[in-house]
Amino acid sequence: MTAIVNVFLKEGVLDPQGKAAHHALDSLGFAGVDDVRIGKQIVIKLDTDDKIKAEVEVKEMCETLLANTVIEDYTIEIS
Amino acid sequence: MKVAVLRFPGTNCEFDTQYAFEKLGHTTELLWHENETLPSDIDLVVVPGGFSYGDYLRSGSIARFSPIMKAVTKFANKGGKVLGICNGFQILTEAGLLPGALKRNNNLHFISKHQHLCVINNNNAFLNQCNEGEVLNIPIAHADGNYYIDEEGFKKIEENGQILLRYSDEEGNPVVVNGSVTSIAGVCNENKNVFGLMPHPERALEALLGSEDGIRMLKGLSA
Repeated sequence: MTAIVNVFLKEGVLDPQGKAAHHALDSLGFAGVDDVRIGKQIVIKLDTDDKIKAEVEVKEMCETLLANTVIEDYTIEIS
Repeated sequence: MKVAVLRFPGTNCEFDTQYAFEKLGHTTELLWHENETLPSDIDLVVVPGGFSYGDYLRSGSIARFSPIMKAVTKFANKGGKVLGICNGFQILTEAGLLPGALKRNNNLHFISKHQHLCVINNNNAFLNQCNEGEVLNIPIAHADGNYYIDEEGFKKIEENGQILLRYSDEEGNPVVVNGSVTSIAGVCNENKNVFGLMPHPERALEALLGSEDGIRMLKGLSA
């Protein structure tokens, strides 16, 4: 199975990279951009076919290493 | 006093840190991150600056799982003194030994310059040789020094006197350098035996090189 983890700064925590990209989009004339957030995507190949087991394991990976939950939120998609 | 200076792949301030503590008359020992224990006669552990593990994932996020960090956590939990400078500060926040986290600087730049700092609290084993309100001149050099802590956490560290240093102008008024919450440059843990700061006191030891204010800061740890 493959797990796709997306890690983003929490709502309310200023994202300086997102802000810079937002500013650049404005400068390039792209109107109507309300907000830009930049995060990272981590793709993990797992040697199991058990989706529930995979979810539990990847959640633990996120809490332990992949995200710093003081400043970041994460989402997990498993397929 | 005997000082252990840790070394991870990518650490680059370990020799300056050794030089600083030896200049103050202490014995130092470099410890590779694969060590699982600290020598039993260590009085202070310093986690020096650099780019451990290339700052991959997040600064300090991988180094905090090194074997030596288990021993450092145990040492700190028993009341042992630990100081983290720059990348060392990032490692200690990632390890949960210090509150908050360090994010990318608001202007996205690597900032490298001399910076004034205002001493906010000297009632601790680190800054006891400095006066509250005193302004120090210490170099900073970082891309991820933007200190973040949520409101509740901030209240707690403020009330408990854990805010040690703020970036300031020459008069001691706080200034925005990297976007840190209330310009925080250094904090300590609740028990006041683990200290972290982004500025580099080990680079401020000689008047000839711009400042010797780092001596007074580091002296406190052995007072």
